[in-house]
Amino acid sequence: MHLKREPNVGDFDALYAAVIEAHSDLSESESAALNARLVLLLANHIGDEAVLREAIAVARESIEAK
Amino acid sequence: MTDVRQIRFAHRRSADQARAAPPHHPVVIVGAGPVGLVAALDLASKGHRSVVIDKKSNLSDGSRAICWAKRTLEIMDRLGVGQALVDTGITWKTGKVFFDTRQVYEFDLLPEDGHQRPAFINLQQYYFEHFCIEAARENGLIDLRWQEEVTGIEQTSDGVLLDIGTPAGSYRITADWVIAADGARSTLRRLLGLGFEGRVFQDQFLICDIKMPMQRPAERWFWFDPPFNRGQSALLHRQADDVWRLDFQVGNEADRDEEVKPENAARRVRAMLGEDIDFTFEWISLYRFQSRRLQKFRHGRVIFAGDAAHQMSPFGARGGNSGVQDADNLVWKLDLVLSGLAPEQLLDSYEAERMQAADENLAITARTADFISPKGTMSRTFRDGVLALAEREPFARRLVNSGRLSVATCYSHSSLNGPDQFAGAYPAVRPGAAALDAPLGNGWLLDHLDGWFQVILFSRDGSVPDAFRGVQADLANRDRLAKFAIVSRETACARYGAEHDSALYLFRPDQHVAARWRSYRPGAIQAAIDGAMCKF
Repeated sequence: MHLKREPNVGDFDALYAAVIEAHSDLSESESAALNARLVLLLANHIGDEAVLREAIAVARESIEAK
Repeated sequence: MTDVRQIRFAHRRSADQARAAPPHHPVVIVGAGPVGLVAALDLASKGHRSVVIDKKSNLSDGSRAICWAKRTLEIMDRLGVGQALVDTGITWKTGKVFFDTRQVYEFDLLPEDGHQRPAFINLQQYYFEHFCIEAARENGLIDLRWQEEVTGIEQTSDGVLLDIGTPAGSYRITADWVIAADGARSTLRRLLGLGFEGRVFQDQFLICDIKMPMQRPAERWFWFDPPFNRGQSALLHRQADDVWRLDFQVGNEADRDEEVKPENAARRVRAMLGEDIDFTFEWISLYRFQSRRLQKFRHGRVIFAGDAAHQMSPFGARGGNSGVQDADNLVWKLDLVLSGLAPEQLLDSYEAERMQAADENLAITARTADFISPKGTMSRTFRDGVLALAEREPFARRLVNSGRLSVATCYSHSSLNGPDQFAGAYPAVRPGAAALDAPLGNGWLLDHLDGWFQVILFSRDGSVPDAFRGVQADLANRDRLAKFAIVSRETACARYGAEHDSALYLFRPDQHVAARWRSYRPGAIQAAIDGAMCKF
């Protein structure tokens, strides 16, 4: 199974807003903690190591390509 | 029980010291810690003499290995020392992990019945050595030489020449094979000029062994960020004689000299266990751990085992246990080479198999070390995230890593492995895996695997089905090739995939599976044993 790169969500704007809203009233360190915990929860839900590694590679590349 | 730590080993001037030319010995073992002693006992069980050299004059003191794994106990049973260890040690299998004041995780290391030995016992290393030395002394084939140390080594085409220093002057001996089991600060490693690079962890840990009668279950308790050691971790575990191991993570910058002062250590102990407790210190020390292994374990006729070959973080009890398992892997191969039954290349499989084990142990303990001592802000953020989620999220509990306790290595890709006709089924007992114990009517399965090749037919009704007709003919009058037994007990057959169809297993002398079949062709066992001996 591969990482889905094409749009996979119905109302993407609503989902995006929910992710941003999740950080409201949080300090920077609390936001970092939230992000980490979200990663762990979602990684477990996805449950496919190959997909997760692909996601890590894509995210990592987007940071290194400057 | 006498205090075995008071026992002193005198130097005795051996007959070798009076000889003009260096006397020859087939095997010299350097180091009489657990690994060297196990190697000597195993060699003796196969009829081989050994000389064991150690500069110490008493049992290893301090606070060293304490958790002995089931696999290690099974090896010690084969050598006749297992019961003494179990009788003196503290049996345990469960552990609890706490974050702040709340329990977040509990584990059980042996959730099923039907094994003779427990998951773990805790027993101070000096007791382990003591029982090995008692067994060695009763055995006429083991020559223990105390207060002697190797000062020089030279490998020639014929063997190894060793210079030995003693209180009564120095002398020289030669050997066909040298087992280097001389520990973390191995002299042989230094004399051979071997690099030993790896990782040093900067974090410091205060070990306190205290003697205190205390009614608590024999569980391993580990805390992350407890009130009594804020921002750090701690461990509590029971040993024999009402001695408890306490471990406090004190950080990179902790002042060594201050931490080991009894009044300061006592403050930590009381903060953990209560202000009113009455105890005495057995030992206090501060340590940092390393994570590294030799690039090669075999250097000609010198073979490294235990801490001399590899060092790792202690959380998971993999140091002492993997060292004993090194000796278990090495000695049956050395026996075959000494007896002229197998080529020297067989010893290269010791290196391949035990380097695989060392790499697994190093990787696993390094992950634990990173969880206990996260490097960098983001690593710590994730670690704290796991701990915070663990209280209510079952998946997060599995990520809590205070130590993954030692298990036997499966040599899945070993060149010694023979056929596997199970097509991936019953992977726990595939070729390369350590045998699983099971109850038999009058004992235990592992008792039958007593140091030689063993063929077992698992057959529920006790008969030899047509698929295996040729087996007994192949083994008739061939006791020297392998021993044969039929096992029909339910649990044993279930564990080995023979609940319905019978199965044939070949076990190596170290109780690891060599090959397994669902049907048999004449000559298959011979071929598999030849393969396990590296006779291709």
